[in-house]
Amino acid sequence: MSKHLPILIITIPLLTAFMMPIAARVGIRFRNVLMLMAILAINIMLLSLIPEVALNFGTIFYTVGAPNPLAINPEGLAFPIRIILKIDGFSLFMGLISGTVALVAFLYSWKFIKEDGKKTYYFILMLLMLVGMIGLEFTNDLFNFFVFMEILSISCAALVAYETEEKHPPYAGYKYMLISAIATSFLLLGIGLLYAQYGSFNMDYIHNEMNHSLLDKMALIFMLIPLAMKAGAIPMHMWVPDTYSEAPAPVTAMLVTASQASLYGVFRLSFSLFGNPISSISINYNSLGWVIIILGVLSMFVGVAMALVQHDIKRLMAFHAVSQTGYMLLGVGVGIAVYAAGDKGAAFESFGKVAMIGGIFHIMNHAFYKGLLFLTSGVIVRRFGTRNLDKMIGLAHRDTFTAVAFIIGALAIAGIPPFNGFASKLLIYESVYKFSPLLSIIAMFVSVLTLASFVKVFYSAFLGPRRDDLIHNTEPISAGMKIGMGILCVLVVLMGLFPEVVIDVLVEPAIAGLVTIR
Amino acid sequence: MSDFFLYVTVVLLIFLGVVALLYKRNLIKIVLAINIVESGINLFFLTLGYRPEGTAPIFTLAPALSDLKMVLPTPQALILTNIVIGFATSALMLTFAILTYRNNRTLDIFKLRGVEDHE
Repeated sequence: MSKHLPILIITIPLLTAFMMPIAARVGIRFRNVLMLMAILAINIMLLSLIPEVALNFGTIFYTVGAPNPLAINPEGLAFPIRIILKIDGFSLFMGLISGTVALVAFLYSWKFIKEDGKKTYYFILMLLMLVGMIGLEFTNDLFNFFVFMEILSISCAALVAYETEEKHPPYAGYKYMLISAIATSFLLLGIGLLYAQYGSFNMDYIHNEMNHSLLDKMALIFMLIPLAMKAGAIPMHMWVPDTYSEAPAPVTAMLVTASQASLYGVFRLSFSLFGNPISSISINYNSLGWVIIILGVLSMFVGVAMALVQHDIKRLMAFHAVSQTGYMLLGVGVGIAVYAAGDKGAAFESFGKVAMIGGIFHIMNHAFYKGLLFLTSGVIVRRFGTRNLDKMIGLAHRDTFTAVAFIIGALAIAGIPPFNGFASKLLIYESVYKFSPLLSIIAMFVSVLTLASFVKVFYSAFLGPRRDDLIHNTEPISAGMKIGMGILCVLVVLMGLFPEVVIDVLVEPAIAGLVTIR
Repeated sequence: MSDFFLYVTVVLLIFLGVVALLYKRNLIKIVLAINIVESGINLFFLTLGYRPEGTAPIFTLAPALSDLKMVLPTPQALILTNIVIGFATSALMLTFAILTYRNNRTLDIFKLRGVEDHE
């Protein structure tokens, strides 16, 4: 059983997804409990991998179909032929984020999504999203990466357009699917260019054989740009506000994580596939770092500038998601640039690594506080029946719990002390300042603007006199929604109070998984 | 030499698809453009795996070791997968196009522009 843990984490949600229609025949409650069990099982299995992968800095290889799947090279061949899953610190880190957010989004959807004929399909698609995310985070095979990316995109697009009878969601779903189809097509072209040269899809094999020819550089561009597009980096961000704002609130929380999965692809690609800084013939690795830094700074600044002028609460939050993605790109980009600059020892140890820790820690923080904010926006939008901030007032009188959750999320995203956003942003400011003071100042400035725009949202939606005539929907917040938001609130506060625990247990192994040179 | 023409075709197909993506305004034509790009990529993989005068890569039909010449099986498996994925993608996008038409009475992206903005 435990021998097959890596593949079970992918197959259990996949099989559960297609059992849902049968379960729904038995009973609605049975279907919900089955899905809850499946997601809890995934989370427990992911947590059970922590001792081996994270605490011991180990890497699990799983060869699908081999008689002894956990052996490094079960058939003693010179090159890998089977599909291989590889779980290192970074994969597990991302897997835990996906699992947690899926659990929260499911609890929130329990009552939030109306119980009509479509809801079973909603849950199926949600599980398929989880499969796609965890699969692409665990795989070591480029083609598998593409397939899981497509599973993720198709289920995301279908969920974005879930409210099909409304005017806008189908067009938002169309946009998302179009962007995904273009991105994955070019990703596949890049994978084909690598296959043409090395005759394998295995990432580690290609990494070892890489001779950094012109074709490799083309492949890097064909793969990096689509993944950055799916992660929502400026200037390929145009789909983010449209899709995030039209999707149901719990789906948006998961979409954030789905974008982070593409970001995982960017980092995995720049380190585990193309990064070979030890060899003298490497791609100009420094310029790769700078490309990622520039994408990051642009995303940060343009994202927040666009967010300031929005009057639509979900579009505003979506632009902040673009802006926060910039911090992760900035942190890891600085890490790459320092790593490539030559002296791997002193400079990298003193601030390059800290920048990477900040950037990667920010992925987890962002998934949690942004998920929390989108979940609260679900309550706000349902109450007022509109997304327009100018038509909202005084919700704090009615929904104190949501107001508190929103404050926690808003302070965390602005990087105010006892919350988790502060921990990762401080690491980024400090280390980036040593690399280039200007970048660090831009990052702090963006944080201030973030706070400004969330103060605006809080002021318009929650403060002011109680106006029951504007309330569109008075049904109480269900227990599931409260538990979902509560879990994220607790995580945001705990990770802000004890950031060093998370960094030691999860983030350091994630860095080790990226920068280890085999 | 035939390889060369195949690669040229691949580039032309992908280029044609991208041009259509950039210039077509009808939602359904955009789906067709995506399909053209996908066909280009499928042809690319097929060309990668092709060996002149090779046999089909089936274990029981393998010729003697002396003249063992087979086309590569992996790219063909990939193409099959990609065709299925492309089918799912186009079906989903066409569904969205139908729903968009039903709700907005137009398929022109210029007229749909800003659909998300009001409210």
